[in-house]
Amino acid sequence: MIREAFGIIYPDLEIPNLRELVEERTVGALPIGGKYRTIDFPLSNMVNSDIRSVGVIVSRKYNSLMDHLGSGKAWDLSGKNEGLFILTPYSLRENPGVYRGMVEALRSSLNFVRKARQEYCVIAGAMSIYNFNYSSMMRFHLESEADITALYHEVDTDYSVDEQSLEVFFELSDDARIRSIEVNPTLTTLTAHSLKSYIIRKDILINLVEECYAKGEYKFSENLLRNNLDRLRIMAYEHKGYVGPLKSVQSYFDLNMALLDPKVREELFQEKNRIFTKAKDSVPAKYYNSADVKGSLIANECIIEGSVENSILFRNVHVGRGAKVKNSILLPSVDVREGAELEYVILDKGVNVKRKSRLIGNENYPIVVGKGGTV
Amino acid sequence: MQSKKKTVAMLLAGGQGSRLGVLTAEKAKPAVSYGGKYRIIDFPLSNCAYSGIDTVGVMTQYRPLALNTYIGTGSAWNLDTLSGGAYVLPPYSVGESGEWYSGTANAIYQNIGFIEQFNPDYLLVLSGDHIYKMNYKWLLSAHQEKGAAATIAVIPVPIEEASRFGIMNTDADLRIIDFEEKPENPKSNLASMGVYAFDWKVLRKYLSADDINPDSDNDFGKNIIPAMFAGKEKLYAYEYGGYWKDVGTIQSLWEANMELLTEDPPINLYDEGWRIFSRNPNDPPHFVDKGARVTNSMICEGCNIYGTVQNSLLSPGVVVEKGAVVRDSVIMDDTRICADAVVDMSIIDEEVTVGKGALVGEPNDPDKSEKEIVVIARGMEIAPGEIVPAGKEVCHDS
Repeated sequence: MIREAFGIIYPDLEIPNLRELVEERTVGALPIGGKYRTIDFPLSNMVNSDIRSVGVIVSRKYNSLMDHLGSGKAWDLSGKNEGLFILTPYSLRENPGVYRGMVEALRSSLNFVRKARQEYCVIAGAMSIYNFNYSSMMRFHLESEADITALYHEVDTDYSVDEQSLEVFFELSDDARIRSIEVNPTLTTLTAHSLKSYIIRKDILINLVEECYAKGEYKFSENLLRNNLDRLRIMAYEHKGYVGPLKSVQSYFDLNMALLDPKVREELFQEKNRIFTKAKDSVPAKYYNSADVKGSLIANECIIEGSVENSILFRNVHVGRGAKVKNSILLPSVDVREGAELEYVILDKGVNVKRKSRLIGNENYPIVVGKGGTV
Repeated sequence: MQSKKKTVAMLLAGGQGSRLGVLTAEKAKPAVSYGGKYRIIDFPLSNCAYSGIDTVGVMTQYRPLALNTYIGTGSAWNLDTLSGGAYVLPPYSVGESGEWYSGTANAIYQNIGFIEQFNPDYLLVLSGDHIYKMNYKWLLSAHQEKGAAATIAVIPVPIEEASRFGIMNTDADLRIIDFEEKPENPKSNLASMGVYAFDWKVLRKYLSADDINPDSDNDFGKNIIPAMFAGKEKLYAYEYGGYWKDVGTIQSLWEANMELLTEDPPINLYDEGWRIFSRNPNDPPHFVDKGARVTNSMICEGCNIYGTVQNSLLSPGVVVEKGAVVRDSVIMDDTRICADAVVDMSIIDEEVTVGKGALVGEPNDPDKSEKEIVVIARGMEIAPGEIVPAGKEVCHDS
């Protein structure tokens, strides 16, 4: 990048429609695409943009996220003075640990912001999956003399808004300056959908966060951005590649299934902007003579004796002889015994599927079985 | 000053492995792939990590670049601890007397300075040529119990094959009373595994004596062990009962890979307590297309399979295009098998392209014991429609 920046990731705003999938973990720790966690995407995007210092704000249920991140080594973020910083709650007297919005989360992380040596801050969430290099956005930010630049992508006019995940749309002028902001509109003609990722100079960020918080306003888009549209130059930059949203169980299912399309995989897992994740010392996947796999993504350490079609198998999944898995997502260490049948299901980590059992969901309503459950 | 280490391991990784032909044209034998995602050297390095040995000198010489890069700081094997580490030790010059390692013993001799930094009681000498899981702790405790000067790990082999190995004849207490290098009429079936535990002070004495002997080949098996035997040192054997495979030939490398595809493989790679560490490439899960067929195979992450794969092992990043068939073969990293090509009985090194419709090798004949295996060297391109006959080695000079 042409200017040095540090990063802030806020992976754990609540998305209630993800139901069982986020019962024991934050959204950032949600397994995705056969071997990743959602936070791998913003983290890798930052690392690929030469950002060497990243703070991850956590507030609740962050145990599995911490396990995953470790020292940050998997992302090359374990430097001596820089690297990965986990910004836990309870670090300030007035911080109760549950944030009323991103502004409050940022305010409780201002110590990290103040200490950062870099001039610019890149902020990103983990509520959608995309591969993006911030270098071009930084160039745009400088050239357009912006105070804040917000990343967005274009959606169709019939895009359905999910109120519980706080969807934000921008109205843009011809030179891409944000004129107005709509939050959770029931009817809108706007198609510039916010990815809730920003570039902002460090001192401006500190001032705006303090100012907003002092007024008792805690929302980033609704308050901090919207209040300053006239006073500051707030610009928008378009990400033209694939975006997979994580709003609900259905969108989680659709996003994973989209990865079965080679074009989507090419966009998400580019050679030059790789997605890094914590590596496991896992054995290659093993196929038996009776295996029959079609149109699927299979991670290491899977043992396949049965048939798998149009599905995603995470690490260490066992599909027994005569078992049929179709249109399903099986998270790590799921055991599907002989003769079982699964269709349109999402089985969380370590679920056991008994011999000859059947579990059939619907394309528009996949069944979720929570961590360690039995079918 | 380094802190004292009870045991230091020295791994001989300089061998050319000339019997592996074109596979070792550009890299040392320990860097050769096995089991899809592993390299041969992962096994002794993982064994060290699990045996609580955190100081490992890796002596390289022949084509060391691939190996140096692969080992890095040793962090992949948990060897990058505060006081230990994996140290790559190429030959170096001292004043005007820089020399290549002239033999296995000379390689250790030239690194006496490195070893002395840790002031060890015991020195473990390992070779980077074998696939096995072994807890060196048991070897070392047997060594201490007997008060031995040297303890040689041995494995029982079928007596009819014993003449291929260094054979140890022992008494009931496993003290070595005689040994023979590749004997015509073996008296015992205990073969040396190339794994030695030494009392460091005793070994150092013999290494120095060996160095000034102009007739010596500076080799452990040929010179040091016989000299210690002649010097009436206490030499013991330590019998190991697990899987141990020398993958020094194309035939044995192919066999060792194929053994992993059997119903009950002789080496358990899934053992939670002894997981083999390796470098893990950052690849997405592998993809198997609608029209693909994969049976009895091991497939790594990053592969894309649109054709047919049977009885084969695919390393990370291999692409098998539509209509292509891969049977009874070992395909290494990032190799591409183009549409309608057929590959049988082959070991194909990294980054090879097998062109459209090419025919490589001949189908496996289960009745033949000596397999005619095609070997294709790293980075080669097989032209579309080209026919590569069974048993051929393909490299840049051929």
